[in-house]
Amino acid sequence: MMAEPAIPPDVAALSFEDALGELERIVRQLEEGRAKLDDAISSYERGTSLRRHCEAKLREAQAKVDRITVAADGSIGAEPARIE
Amino acid sequence: MDRDPAPGRPGSNLAELTVTELSRALKRTVEDQFGYVRVRGEVSQPKRHGSGHVYLRLKDETAVIESVCWRGSVSRLSVQPEEGMEVICTGKLTTYPGRSQYQLVIETMELAGEGALLKLLEERKRRLAAEGLFEASRKRPLPFLPEVIGVITSPTGAVIRDILHRLADRFPRHVLLWPVAVQGETAAAQVAAAIKGFNGIAPGGRVPRPDLIIVARGGGSLEDLMAFNEEIVVRAAAASEIPLISAVGHETDTTLIDFASDRRAPTPTAAAEMAVPVRAELIALVMDCQRRQHAATGRMILERRNWVDGFARGLGDPQALLEDSVRRLDDRVERMGIAVAGVLERRRTRVAEQGAKLRHPREVMTLADGRLRSEARALGAALRQVVAAEQGRLGRLTPRLTLLPIRIKVGDGERRLGELGERMDAGFSRLLGERETRLKSGAALLESFSYRGILERGFALVTDDAERRITSAADAKPGLPVTLEFQDGKVDAVVGGGGLVRKAETAPRQPKKADATAKQDPAKQGLLF
Repeated sequence: MMAEPAIPPDVAALSFEDALGELERIVRQLEEGRAKLDDAISSYERGTSLRRHCEAKLREAQAKVDRITVAADGSIGAEPARIE
Repeated sequence: MDRDPAPGRPGSNLAELTVTELSRALKRTVEDQFGYVRVRGEVSQPKRHGSGHVYLRLKDETAVIESVCWRGSVSRLSVQPEEGMEVICTGKLTTYPGRSQYQLVIETMELAGEGALLKLLEERKRRLAAEGLFEASRKRPLPFLPEVIGVITSPTGAVIRDILHRLADRFPRHVLLWPVAVQGETAAAQVAAAIKGFNGIAPGGRVPRPDLIIVARGGGSLEDLMAFNEEIVVRAAAASEIPLISAVGHETDTTLIDFASDRRAPTPTAAAEMAVPVRAELIALVMDCQRRQHAATGRMILERRNWVDGFARGLGDPQALLEDSVRRLDDRVERMGIAVAGVLERRRTRVAEQGAKLRHPREVMTLADGRLRSEARALGAALRQVVAAEQGRLGRLTPRLTLLPIRIKVGDGERRLGELGERMDAGFSRLLGERETRLKSGAALLESFSYRGILERGFALVTDDAERRITSAADAKPGLPVTLEFQDGKVDAVVGGGGLVRKAETAPRQPKKADATAKQDPAKQGLLF
């Protein structure tokens, strides 16, 4: 099984919301079926990248709670917090 | 040593007091002057001492008075003093010479109501609004899916737990908790510092910069929530670069930070719901997009393939197309030749026909003359024929004009008259005879009912000479001639005079005897009278 190609950096830089929005737009466009075939194919490729980016964002769903600490000099740090 | 009374030392002739003396004098003055006062103010920093006394400060916008409520009074207070509470107190002023202080000794305390505080807040709100801090145009949209969420609240208590739980349910995120006091003197400053602190974190640093801030606190009284009404907090929230959700108190509580925040959540849990979407729904959405993308692309390719196939079929074989055209051209050329020849032939024939029909004028005139003559002849003949026909009709009608029909009718009438006469006579005779017959039979019947029947049984009918019946003895006058009619005939008799009239009932039984007696014994007859 071939490894999936890397997500292009411009897609990786998108927020989840923007990526999902563009993916939905591409899907609607494809469903209308009026695009040129070449455009449709590149749209499909981009849509696939966007989807994988969205999925990656959805996978990164780990709860993590840090507690801010303020040092004497005012600098800010963080340490894991345990909230019951 | 004498004192130097040099000028430039004014007041030197004033009595010199010791500190104690002055303090006592002050105490006396204060306690005399303010032995009983009624004062309104806001409770600040109330502290319950182990001894049971309560120390607090009464303040307003510009001044503070240290106050104390001795243990004995505390238990009698109608309200227990709390931070920020607007109260009206009565008591006396006293001084504390050991510390150069004066204080109010509170005896009673009553709540001034929230009116004063609310009025203050309303004023503050109006002032901040006038600065544009609450403008809708300042509100930033919340990020759809924040990676890092900064939460400013108490590290203990239900609020942070509620937020973390709800985030875990919907979409687990990296949370940075900035612990603060949410009530008390320092709360406002801490909250404001936390908001500024989060905004001060540079992106990409050791501590990640939050994409969203939640400022939260549980429910409480208006005074409990006062920190979030403080101007320093409101200004920090309004200035936050990072979108900020305020979730202070319960749904019904509104603090000024709610007006400056980008979104106001009714509860901390609701803030977590606003902060993140539901992960499971997004996964479903992305999967749906993937499915639709596949389907649409597949359909698109299939559709184009069908187009290509369809067009290919539609194009056909060019050689065949050409051949067909050549064939059609040849056919047209041939049909055109035939058609032209046919048209010429038809025209020629018609010319010949028309030529043949043409006649010489003289012939036409002779023909016309002949027709004229024959018409004239026909006209004469017709006229004569009409006259002859009319004469014939007249001749046929003349003989029919005679008396014969009338005579026949008269004879016929006579005959019918005679016949009717005979029939009338015969009918009449018949009618007459019939009536006679009926009369006779009626008479016979009548006869049977007549007195004759009675006569047969032995009675006699007495009539006078005019044939009138004598029915009464009174009518039978002596000497009256009568006729006695029996069944077999009549006998003439005369009524005797002076006879006895016998009893009437015996008379009909023996009429003959009576009559006879009447005739033979007129004496008896005479007895009748």
